Amino acid sequence: MEHLLSLFVRAVFIENMALAFFLGMCSFIAISKKVETAIGLGIAVIVVQAITLPVNNLVYTYFLKDGALAWAGFPELDLSYIGFLTYIGVIAAIVQILEMLLDKYLPALYNALGIFLPLITVNCVIMAGSLFMVERDYNFSESVVYGVGSGLSWALAIALLAGIREKLKYSDVPAGLRGLGVTFIIIGLMSLGFMSFSGVQL
Amino acid sequence: MSKQATAKEVLFTPVFDNNPIALQILGICSALAVTSNLNTALVMAIALTAVTAFSNLFIAMIRNQIPSSIRMIVQMVIIASLVIVVDQILRAYAFSLAKQLSVFVGLIITNCIVMGRAEAYAMQNPPWPSFLDGLGNGLGYSCMLIALGVVRELFGAGKLMGHEVLPLLKDGGWYQPNGLLLLPPSAFFLIGLFIWGLRMWKKEQQEAADFRLAPQVREEE
Repeated sequence: MEHLLSLFVRAVFIENMALAFFLGMCSFIAISKKVETAIGLGIAVIVVQAITLPVNNLVYTYFLKDGALAWAGFPELDLSYIGFLTYIGVIAAIVQILEMLLDKYLPALYNALGIFLPLITVNCVIMAGSLFMVERDYNFSESVVYGVGSGLSWALAIALLAGIREKLKYSDVPAGLRGLGVTFIIIGLMSLGFMSFSGVQL
Repeated sequence: MSKQATAKEVLFTPVFDNNPIALQILGICSALAVTSNLNTALVMAIALTAVTAFSNLFIAMIRNQIPSSIRMIVQMVIIASLVIVVDQILRAYAFSLAKQLSVFVGLIITNCIVMGRAEAYAMQNPPWPSFLDGLGNGLGYSCMLIALGVVRELFGAGKLMGHEVLPLLKDGGWYQPNGLLLLPPSAFFLIGLFIWGLRMWKKEQQEAADFRLAPQVREEE
């Protein structure tokens, strides 16, 4: 239990997906103009991440791992090279289902997220979560915790950035730096701040 | 873009006028993680350009057969297969580089440039212009990546592609390296400054201010 808790804290703060690994930057920058939409997207990422990671973990353990197909009578088969294709397939399917559900039950959020909902599929956070999960050999319960934690870390970062940007629009930024340029510099400063967590030992 | 865009326009517009990183805000994730030295930046740039160009080509070929409700999955399958090919080639011929790039080769799949171009351009255009569009966007990305890689490796470690260019102070030279440039946040600062430079040069890319400050006027005495 303690082990899972420290994994969770590490996933949220020390290994923050957005600010320590710089993943999911495209939507991180594009959707962070307003706090409400940022939180909406953040929640969507948490949900997708928390579903896909355990599913991919099961797929990896029972189908792709070296020797995982022993139960089907193929003990020598190693399918790990088609991992990329499988994970992204699972992710795309889950996002598409989520899109249909949102369209039907939460049209306001669906309209707010617009084109960026399909782009959750190509949100590096989701894919990287699965790849890190495989690289670090997490078991099922660890993958659930890591999924929620890493999704939350990204949601936290985008909400923080949106808060800063809402204040920032009243400030007088040099013309060429306005909008995108200054956002990059803000994120750079935020990630410098988050680097201070990297010294925490758990 | 006009209806009759020439091949040259399709190829070179994304490099400066519509740079995928600087203007379309796509594909930034990997730009930060792999640019701390020029070698990895170069390999990543080539890999991404190849994947974007060929995925655009193949998707444009079958664009009329893809039902729109499952187009995302079809696009992902094509892109993922191409990335698997690139990954296997890298593992076979440049294993140490593949190890350095680690998860980032896999993350080409989720690089928004690839998917963004497939969705925005290849779904509506014939194969050949789509191929050029993919190539052009790949080149725009490559320019940015290589520029970042050069600056970060040259001033952060005094080297270029592993060869010493600026002799370091600790080896008896004169250059004191700037360690900050090897840390990931520096990539954000550099991209920010790069965008600033680009937008000073191409004024039409500047964004409008949300609120204009009232000029400070002094009361008449």
